[in-house]
Amino acid sequence: MLVVPALAGLTFLVLPLAGLLIRAPWATLPQRLAEPHVLEALRLSLVTATVATALCLLLGVPLAWLLARAEFPGQRLVRALVTVPLVLPPVVGGVALLLVLGRRGLVGQWLEASFGITLPFTTAGVILAEAFVAMPFLVISVEGALRGADQRFEEAAATLGASRWTVFRRVTLPMVMPGVVAGAVLCWARALGEFGATITFAGNFPGTTRTMPLAVYLALETEPEAAIVLSLVLLAVSVVILASLRDRWVSAP
Amino acid sequence: MTLDARLVVTRTAFTLDIALQVAPGEVVALLGPNGAGKTTALRALAGLARMSGGEISLGGRPLHTLPAESRPIGMVFQDYLLFPHLSALDNVAFGPRCQGVPKAEARRTAAGLLDRVGLAGRAAAKPRQLSGGQAQRVALARALAVQPELLLLDEPLAALDAHTRLEIRSQLRRHLSDFDGATVLVTHDPLDAMVLADRLIVIEHGAIVQQGAPAEVARHPRTDYVARLVGLNLYRGVADGTQVKVGEVLLHTSAHLDGPAFVAFPPAAVALYRTRPDGSPRNLWQARIEGIERHGDNVRVHLDGPITAFADITPAALADLDLTPGQQIWASVKATETHAYPA
Repeated sequence: MLVVPALAGLTFLVLPLAGLLIRAPWATLPQRLAEPHVLEALRLSLVTATVATALCLLLGVPLAWLLARAEFPGQRLVRALVTVPLVLPPVVGGVALLLVLGRRGLVGQWLEASFGITLPFTTAGVILAEAFVAMPFLVISVEGALRGADQRFEEAAATLGASRWTVFRRVTLPMVMPGVVAGAVLCWARALGEFGATITFAGNFPGTTRTMPLAVYLALETEPEAAIVLSLVLLAVSVVILASLRDRWVSAP
Repeated sequence: MTLDARLVVTRTAFTLDIALQVAPGEVVALLGPNGAGKTTALRALAGLARMSGGEISLGGRPLHTLPAESRPIGMVFQDYLLFPHLSALDNVAFGPRCQGVPKAEARRTAAGLLDRVGLAGRAAAKPRQLSGGQAQRVALARALAVQPELLLLDEPLAALDAHTRLEIRSQLRRHLSDFDGATVLVTHDPLDAMVLADRLIVIEHGAIVQQGAPAEVARHPRTDYVARLVGLNLYRGVADGTQVKVGEVLLHTSAHLDGPAFVAFPPAAVALYRTRPDGSPRNLWQARIEGIERHGDNVRVHLDGPITAFADITPAALADLDLTPGQQIWASVKATETHAYPA
């Protein structure tokens, strides 16, 4: 009874990907990949996703530590808030970013007046949009790893004279490193595929804010084969990430 | 640096309140049943358990006001807690590094300590590649590497198998006698305590019930727990000359005492008879056999009656007497084999 819908589900998931492979213009693939606007979008995507991941690590790991280790009033609320971007439609995230960091935004206005910094419709804006959407993946993964780590190792480090910062840097962090890496990879993949928040907050300017997903969407209207090629690149990246994390996912309870 | 401490830790339905002094070079064992508060006391000394009262001073300096990382302590944990991502060498070098020693020098110190515990060849091994005995020695080296004034050991031998334990115990004893600071170790194994410690402190229900040199504690147990540990039958009664009245039974002893007293005798001193023996030894009572079990090469008979007692007899004697649980029997012990002392 369950086999038929199960197979239908599998087909539903796999068929579109197969279609992508079948319709790919394999003969012209190399020169299409070498086209300047493709390379430009690819480079921009890789750079912004990587910088966004670095930003998420910088802010997300301490946040995860706070959620996992500290006790403070409203902790449950904070934890819920952190995961909001997971379920929020990315376009809404983009609108929200625009309202706060846009040129007329609450913080954006002040940033421009005080420092002359404008974020929307810049590469920095792309990075912020990606980080906003991707950070929960990192925080959740790292927080889980921190909760799973045996805190007695931290006590042992303290008896050896390690300050809290040293304990975190030399004991806690190395012990939760698999969780940090997994979180960072997921975060990076999510940032790489970001579309809604990016196009809303950062726009679609070639060279500065037109990342791969945006380029795919644009190419679909003018040059469908180019869209397929770009999609293939993103698919390949996804498969590589999946393969690198497979052990972790399979062994997860 | 003499350790002088009164430790008060309050938990729900449990209060630990003990005072202890440990001289430099002295090894004191906290001995007690599970849940007595031994480990809590050690954690309070280390600064890992919050004290609700009392104070700790080491060489006259207050310790209880300092966080764990600022106390001049070294601690060996029950399951060692070696950092899994660091090699044995870097585990040992961790403490000196935290004290600001340059990396190369810290590693040299660590290599020297690993050599001292006989593990120079295992410096590069990760903790998961070490055997239990090796991990224990690395943990000891790591604790000594910070040059502590107070060494704390939590069940240092409990995680080892019987064979390794014997070897590590004698090595640990040597290292502890080389250490010139104060040492507090926690154990529930009387043998570990006897071999390793200069003085025993027995803790039950969060309070000290007895303390003294190992031989003294072994000879003069003051609670049922201690008596069981050292393998003696123990009774509390009232002495009048060479007699001690325990409940309804009058035990004759070789000592002259007056007032509240303990009487102790080993299970091997108890003789069993199917019928009332002739010549009437002076300590004779009728008992019921509660149970019979193997005990080393001998058989341990649990006796109920006016006084409960253990009697150790040979398997041959068991066969001769044809004993079964529930049977009535005569038990006796010679006055010269008993040991009486004031309560």
